[in-house]
Amino acid sequence: MRKQIEGSRAMAEAVGLCRPEVICAYPITPQTHIVEGLGEMVRTGEIKNCEFINVESEFAALSVAIGASAAGARAYTATASQGLLFMAEAVYNASGLGLPIVMTLGNRAIGAPINIWNDHSDAMAVCDSGWMQLFAETNQEAADLHIQAFRLAEELSIPVMVCVDGFILTHAVERVDVPEQADVDAYLPPYEPVQVLDPNDPISIGAMVGPDAFTEVRYLQHYKQTLALRLIPEYAAEFKKKFGRDSGGLLRTYQTEDAELIVVAMGSVNGTIKDTIDEMRADGLKVGLVTLVSFRPFPTTALREKLVRTRNVVVIEKSLAVGMGGPLANNVDLALRNVAGAPQVHSVIAGLGGRPITRASLHRVLRRAFVQPWEGSHFLDLNEEIVAKELHYVRKVRRSGPTAENILRRLGQAAEKAAV
Amino acid sequence: MDATQKLHFYQKGTFTVGNRLVSEEQRSVQASTDRSNALTCGHRACQGCGEALGARYAMDAAMRATGGNVIAVNATGCLEVFTTPYPETSWQTPWLHSLFGNAAAVATGVAAAMRVKGRHEVRALAQGGDGGTTDIGFGCLSGMFERNDDVLYICYDNEAYMNTGVQRSSATPPAARTATTPAMGPQPGNVFGTGKNVPKIAVAHGIPYVATATVADLHDLERKVIKAMGIHGARYLHIHVPCPLGWGAASHDTIRLARLAVECGLFPVFEAEHGVVTGCRKIRRQVPVEEYLRPQRRFAHLFTEAGKERIRHLQALADRNIAEYHLVDAEGDG
Amino acid sequence: MFQVRIHGRGGQGVVTAAEVLSVAAYLEGKHAQAFPSFGSERKGAPVVAFCRIDDKEIRLREPILEPDALIVQDPTLFKAIDVCQGFKPGGYLLVNSNRSLNELHLDVVKQMPAGHVLTVPASELALKHIGRPLPNAALLGAFAALTGIVHLKSVVAAIRDAFESEKIANANVAAATAAHDAIASVTAAG
Repeated sequence: MRKQIEGSRAMAEAVGLCRPEVICAYPITPQTHIVEGLGEMVRTGEIKNCEFINVESEFAALSVAIGASAAGARAYTATASQGLLFMAEAVYNASGLGLPIVMTLGNRAIGAPINIWNDHSDAMAVCDSGWMQLFAETNQEAADLHIQAFRLAEELSIPVMVCVDGFILTHAVERVDVPEQADVDAYLPPYEPVQVLDPNDPISIGAMVGPDAFTEVRYLQHYKQTLALRLIPEYAAEFKKKFGRDSGGLLRTYQTEDAELIVVAMGSVNGTIKDTIDEMRADGLKVGLVTLVSFRPFPTTALREKLVRTRNVVVIEKSLAVGMGGPLANNVDLALRNVAGAPQVHSVIAGLGGRPITRASLHRVLRRAFVQPWEGSHFLDLNEEIVAKELHYVRKVRRSGPTAENILRRLGQAAEKAAV
Repeated sequence: MDATQKLHFYQKGTFTVGNRLVSEEQRSVQASTDRSNALTCGHRACQGCGEALGARYAMDAAMRATGGNVIAVNATGCLEVFTTPYPETSWQTPWLHSLFGNAAAVATGVAAAMRVKGRHEVRALAQGGDGGTTDIGFGCLSGMFERNDDVLYICYDNEAYMNTGVQRSSATPPAARTATTPAMGPQPGNVFGTGKNVPKIAVAHGIPYVATATVADLHDLERKVIKAMGIHGARYLHIHVPCPLGWGAASHDTIRLARLAVECGLFPVFEAEHGVVTGCRKIRRQVPVEEYLRPQRRFAHLFTEAGKERIRHLQALADRNIAEYHLVDAEGDG
Repeated sequence: MFQVRIHGRGGQGVVTAAEVLSVAAYLEGKHAQAFPSFGSERKGAPVVAFCRIDDKEIRLREPILEPDALIVQDPTLFKAIDVCQGFKPGGYLLVNSNRSLNELHLDVVKQMPAGHVLTVPASELALKHIGRPLPNAALLGAFAALTGIVHLKSVVAAIRDAFESEKIANANVAAATAAHDAIASVTAAG
C-alpha cells in the first residue's frame, strides 16, 4: 500500500512483514525511530509471534541476535556508528559462524569528534567482516532491501547489513509503497536453518579452529559472497516481477552509455547526482552515473563492464580511510585493475559528518574532472582557510589544544565576522 | 522443607559417605548410570581441574531436571577450550560458543527463540569462568538479570584468567599472586580493597534465584542446579572451582581446598531469592584461613614475617563473611 | 518543484509542519519530500525543516538552499540567523506574528511582490482553538491560502492523519481553517 511516511517507519513496516521472530536493539541516533516503530508493532500485535528485547548495549543486541539465530529464529537488529563499533566483536562472530541475521545500519559518522550526522564511515569500518552490505538510494529501496536481505541471508547463511543514510533517509517523509503481507510471504519463505541448536539433535557450534582449517573456513565465506553476486540480481529480478519495481541488485546505471565521465556513488547522494547530471547534460557534458547498491560482495566484474569504456571515473564517497584516501575509490580501482586502457579514477571525499552535498559543489568538481584531473583524494567543500590557520597555529604553539575545538572556534569567529 | 537425609558417618576423619548408604532418590545425578554425560570424557582439562568437575555435575543435573532439554552457551575460557579441542567436542548437548563477554546475552537470545518457537520445555543455560562473568561479561550479565530473562547463568570461579596464563580478574582474592599481581613490591599479590562480589551483586538485582556452591559439596551443587531449573526467570549460580595449576596446588587437593575455603569462611555458601538471603551452608568445623592458604603457592609469600599482617586481614574478611551469613552456630556444630 | 523552508524553535512543531505539508501534497497526488535539518532534541533551539513538492519523483537530497516559500514560526529568529538566505525573489514569506508587516521591519519585504508576504497571528489562533501556542497547523492553513500550492482540504486531511486523538486533530483543523479563512479574505480584498 502506498503511503507518505517517514523512512524509519517504512523500514520498520518492511521488517515487520518479514515475520521476524526476535528483535533486539539498543537505541542510537539515527536508528531510534526504526526500533521504536518495531516495538510498537509488536506491542499492538501488528507483528505477531515476535520477541522484542530491550538490551543494555549494542554488543548485547547483536549477541542476543546471535543466540536467537543459532537457535533457529529469524533475528533482526539495527544500529549505527558508535554502536556498530561497540558490537564489532559480535559482527565478526556472526559472520564467522554463518548466522543469517539482518541488521539495519543507519549510516552515521564515527567519532571522535562525536558527530550524529550521516556518512559511511561506520559501514566502511566493518566492510571486510564477512557481512553483505547493501546501500539504499531511497526510502522505497530501503524498505525493499530489507525483504531481499532476509532472503539472501537465509539462502547463503551470511548476515546482511542494509545501509541507509542516517537522517537523510531515516528521518525523511516521502512516498513509499509498503508491500502486502501475502506478497512478502510468497517471496520470503520461513527460515530454514542450515545449522541449529536443538536438543533433539545436539551439535557444538563455535569451536576453536586451528591453522590447518582456518583458511578453508574463511575461503568458504569469501566464496559464498561470490555466490551472492549471482543471487543478488536474481532475487532483485524476482522482486521486480512480484512487486513491480526495480529495487536492489548489484548496481544500476544512469546515462552511462555514451558518457565520457562516469560518477560512482552509494546511497542517497545518487538522487542529487542525477539532478546534477541532467543539468550538465543540458550543457552538453556527457556525464553518467553508476549507483552501487551492493558494496559487499563488491561487484567487480559488473562494475568493470560499466566503467571500462569511459575516460574518467569520479568516485564520490562519504568515507575516508585516514592515511590512505577513499575506500570506495580504492575498491573501484580493483574493478579496473590490470585493464588495458582503463579510465582515470578520481577520488572525491564528500559529505563527511553530514556536510550536505549540493548540486553546486558537484557541478564544480565534476566539471573540474573533465579538464583538470587530480591525484589523491579531493575533499569537497573543504574550508581551506580554516585548515591553513590551524596548521599555522600548531606549528607555532606546542600546547595548541584539541583540534576539533580549535576548528569550531574559528568557524564561530568567521561566522561572527560575516554577520557584522 | 529440608530434603537432605540425615547420615551416620562410618569413617572417622572424613565427611565422605558412599552413595550406597544414601537412599536412591537422594543419590547424586552422577551416581546414576543413565546420567546424560552432557560433558563427556575425552576433554583436555588439567588433572584435578575443579571446573571440569563442577561443570560435569552441573550440566548433568540440568539435563536431569529438564529431561535433557538444555541448550548451553559457553563463554570463551578454560571450559570452552578444553571441551572443544579442534576437531573434537565433548559436549553431548546443543552447545554454542560465541564470544568472551556475551554468553549471558546470547543465552537470552536462545531463550527468546525457544519461546517464539513454542518450545517452552527447552531451557537456556549460560556458563563462563570468572573472567567472562565478573569482568568482560559483566555488562551482559547485569542486562540479563535486569530483564529477568529465563536463563540460568553458571559462573565457574577459579579466581583468575586461567586459560591465558593466570592473570588477575575482579574475582581474584586479595593477596593472591597472579601473573599480573606478582608477589613483589610493598604490596605483593592482589591488592586489598579491590574485587567484585558478583553473587552479592546478583542478589542486589533481585532476581528469582542466586546461589553459591562449591565442588566440595557436589550434592549441594546438583541440588541447586535442579532447584534453579525448576524456576523461570534470571538465575545465577556461582561455583567455587579450585584450579591446581593457577593456584599452585597439588592436583589431588582440589576438593580439599574447596572445602577449606568454605570451612574457613572465605567462600560463603548461601542461597537467595528475589534479593533476600534464604539460607546458608553452615561451617561444620571452622578452620583458620592459614590452613586454606598454606597449600597454595599463590599465597606462599604470605608465610613470612611481613605477610602475617595480610593473613590477619584475610582472616578478618573471613570473619566478616561468617558474621554476615551466620555461617557458624553459636553452640557447637551439628 | 516548489521548495518550502520552515524556520522555528524546538518544541514549536516545525518538523511536524513540514511532514504534514508533505502529506497534504501527497494526498493531492503529488510527490513530496519532508525532512528536518537535524540535530539533537532540544527545546528552544532554532530548527529548520524542509518540504519539496513536485509533480514528478524528487531525487534531490540537499537542504533547501533557494526556497520558493519561507514559513517563519518564530519571528525572533530574524535576528538570530539568516532566515532569508537564498530566498528566491518572487517567493512567498509567511510570518507568525500578531504585528503587522510594517511593524516587523523586515528588509526583505521591500523586494517582494505584493501579496507574497503576510503575517498571521498563528500562536494566538492556536491558543484560541488548541489551548497551546503551537502555531504550525494555523501556519499551514495560511500557507495554503497564500500560495495555493495545496488546498485547505488536503491540509485538513493531513492534520487528521497526523494526530491520534480526534479532539486534538479537530482543534488543529480549526486553527488551520481559521488562519486560512483570515488570509483568504485578506488576499481577496487586497
